[in-house]
Amino acid sequence: MLHPILWLALFGLGMAGNFERILGGGSTPAGMISYDYLTFMCPGMIAATILFANLYGGFSVLFDKNWGILREIMASPMPRRDLIIGISLSSVTKSLIQTFIIIVFGIVLGVTFFSGENFGGVLISLIGMVLFVAVFSAAVLCVSLYVAFKTSSPEGYQGVTTVLSMPVFFASNALYPSAGLPPVLQEIALINPLTHLSNGLRYFSMGDHFSALGLEFIFSSTEILISFVYLLVFALVTFYFALRAVEQSVIT
Amino acid sequence: MSNSVILDVSNFSFAYGDVQAVKNVSFTVKRGEFFSFLGPNGAGKTTVINTLITLLPMQEGMVTVAGYDLRADRVKVRESIGIVFQQITLDKDMTVRETLDFHGDIYGMDRDNKLQRISELLALVELEEKADVLVNNLSGGMKRRLEIARGLMTRPQILFLDEPTIGLDPQTRQKTWEYLRMVNQEGTTIFMTTHYMDEADILSDSIALIDHGEIIKRGTPDELKSGLGKDIIYLETSDNNAASALIREIPGISGIQPCDGKLLICSGNDGAQVLPGIIRAADEQGIMVRSVSLKKPTMDDVFMHYTGTEIRD
Repeated sequence: MLHPILWLALFGLGMAGNFERILGGGSTPAGMISYDYLTFMCPGMIAATILFANLYGGFSVLFDKNWGILREIMASPMPRRDLIIGISLSSVTKSLIQTFIIIVFGIVLGVTFFSGENFGGVLISLIGMVLFVAVFSAAVLCVSLYVAFKTSSPEGYQGVTTVLSMPVFFASNALYPSAGLPPVLQEIALINPLTHLSNGLRYFSMGDHFSALGLEFIFSSTEILISFVYLLVFALVTFYFALRAVEQSVIT
Repeated sequence: MSNSVILDVSNFSFAYGDVQAVKNVSFTVKRGEFFSFLGPNGAGKTTVINTLITLLPMQEGMVTVAGYDLRADRVKVRESIGIVFQQITLDKDMTVRETLDFHGDIYGMDRDNKLQRISELLALVELEEKADVLVNNLSGGMKRRLEIARGLMTRPQILFLDEPTIGLDPQTRQKTWEYLRMVNQEGTTIFMTTHYMDEADILSDSIALIDHGEIIKRGTPDELKSGLGKDIIYLETSDNNAASALIREIPGISGIQPCDGKLLICSGNDGAQVLPGIIRAADEQGIMVRSVSLKKPTMDDVFMHYTGTEIRD
């Protein structure tokens, strides 16, 4: 809970100051909203928080599998499917709470979300963000469940998730626009689910047409819909693999 | 006949990779019976029980639990059984009541049934006063009782217990035995694994001795003990091999075998009358008798007799 707030406050404010200095404010094309770096980074911070929280979310399951209550559940007639859905819903709930905390804290720090929108518009935007966060967090949680059921030691689990998290985090547009990345990383960023989550969150919190860091951002609603469907498919695929891992897992 | 058999295991084998943990084991448990799987650590007890409760996949053989095929009807088997695991598998952040309630939920019990069962079981294991206490704050014995109650939530036809009194103090063990006996008397079949001789002896209607993945003897506690003869003599001499050959010839000796540097002698006749003859015979051959003890056969002796070793860790 504290982790994303510290990131936003320390890294975000620090980077924001530097970007402003380097870019000197930049020139904003007419008729376009311009955002500072802190505002640009805030949706990325939400995305990254959801990524990390859920990637490590399987850790407790690993412990329960090896030493705890999961034995009781695995020996019960409850379908394995329900087990994954239950853990996912719990994790989605936590992710949504984190999202709201970051939004509120971000606004306190000076993030200018939802500018020029009335109450109804803000509500629709929030619903959009909730949908994106929910699907993405469930998907990443399934990845961590898969790892938890395929590995037997905490060390192995941590090794795998740490290695996974780095490229997903940095080869995306969460912290910076992917346009500045080397071409190979740009390609990766394009298929990176985290990029699609960040895009969705920026679309809903910052609008479909804005400038930030001297770059112009235009999102069409079709693009955002495609991103959402992409995340949905990603979630279904990871759910399938998590389910298979649970069904094949042997508890000794 | 088949109706009275609740657990039917035939030619069951299990291997972890190249390691054959259970070899071609067959046995049946009758409805209402208190059945114990007795053996040293590493004998294959937990492998058998974990397969029966569906945590391990079914490998070789045929098993039916409560009439359901363990390979094909795994969900039906799960619905029919109750389990008390070897390690404590409780969520320490739940209360006693929540633990039972949650268990009812994952087994799909309806609310009224659940509430009724919870109050019955809290009374049975005498945890009514602890109903709203966190599991974290229970003693080891209370946790075990709660686990037994949990295993009985769904009124299972058969309750599986894996080393139920491991790590408990003597008083708590006694108390746990009382609950188990009560549960069994109320009609629940019990399948228990243990490496405690006294536990198996006191509780069981029927015992299967298991070692190195094989059942080496099966019977009631009395059958197993009287199978050794009327009395047991432990004899330590200066030359156990020579003494062994000598004693074998004495009438009334039904068996003799080396055991932990001593000789375990099974006597079909009254041991007190046989013993002087043994010592005299040894004396005549110049074999010195260092120590001798005479006693009624216990499960420990049964175990020593069939495995030739003390219980190992």
